[in-house]
Amino acid sequence: MTDSAPPNTLEARAHPGGWQGFAADWSSDQRAFKSATWGKAMIWIFLLSDTFIFSCFLLSYMTVRMSTTAPWPNPSEVFALTIAGRKIPLILIATMTFILISSSGTMAMAVNFGYRRDRVKCAVLMLATAVFGASFVGMQAFEWTKLIMEGVRPWGNPWGAVQFGSCFFLITGFHGTHVSIGVIFLLIIARKVWRGDFDSGRRGFFTSRKGRYEIVETMGLYWHFVDLVWVFIFALFYLW
Amino acid sequence: MTQESAHVEGQQHPIKLYLLVWGWLFVLSTCSYLVDYFGLEGYLRWSLILLFMVVKAGLIVAVFMHMAWERLALTYAILVPPGAVLLFVAIMAFESDYTHFTRVTFFASGQVSAQNQAVEYQKSSGSEH
Repeated sequence: MTDSAPPNTLEARAHPGGWQGFAADWSSDQRAFKSATWGKAMIWIFLLSDTFIFSCFLLSYMTVRMSTTAPWPNPSEVFALTIAGRKIPLILIATMTFILISSSGTMAMAVNFGYRRDRVKCAVLMLATAVFGASFVGMQAFEWTKLIMEGVRPWGNPWGAVQFGSCFFLITGFHGTHVSIGVIFLLIIARKVWRGDFDSGRRGFFTSRKGRYEIVETMGLYWHFVDLVWVFIFALFYLW
Repeated sequence: MTQESAHVEGQQHPIKLYLLVWGWLFVLSTCSYLVDYFGLEGYLRWSLILLFMVVKAGLIVAVFMHMAWERLALTYAILVPPGAVLLFVAIMAFESDYTHFTRVTFFASGQVSAQNQAVEYQKSSGSEH
């Protein structure tokens, strides 16, 4: 398969926008996504399928929480931390939220510097993103440890509805796995950027093909998605 | 900024835009945290949580993920299907409401043995750890 043409050709500019463009793109009997390379289209379709996975988790959580007759444990108290003798509600989760948002910010700028061929800034920002991500996972490990010590299990907990534990471990566990995988790939791609693989045309160790700076944007889309999922988990599981 | 001019080479936008969105995400997260900190309750709490959630998600998708500059063919292909999830939410809300109703009716209708069974089950499953 030949590589799809970059979206900045005259051909791309000739395409109309709006609804007319939407209909024209889909009925063009060619590739439908004129502005996106195949890589971008595929990562988006992957993210769409991942959206459905997390949607199903949050939906099952909603279903068991609405249908249980036992009281639901109050997340505000369950996730409170005592700092300097004062009990602050949900403080760890709030910190994790800010860390993940910051990592999204550095990632967005890494994508930008990647397209500007500023590989040092791009790699440093990706490393910063990975550090934020790793600290997020670390805090999550702390949170899991704390809750397990307090007796939370997938089949019960000391405060109320037994489904609390299974929802918590499933949803945050799956999200944490996504973050961990993201950190690993961030490190791999940051190394490639740092080494200048996408300038020198060095071939990848796995695919034996030359990479492009577009991979930084693909990585960014995955990372922002992980942040996006956390926005929903934070609102629906921790704050509700 | 038109759709096409953003595609000169990949996605290039001023860094300032990302910093601005980053700042807004911080403000919105702080707001949603404060909803919990001040212990707002009921519909006020739920509507504020959902509002901040949707605005944050919109900012991330539109700017950080560059959806605002993609062509509609891609935007709709990705953003319309999750709409089906909303229908699913509605279906499951009805379903769980009904389950809750039957549980309340069943447990409260004098069928003591069944209720005891449920309590015993909860006790035994709670003591397993």
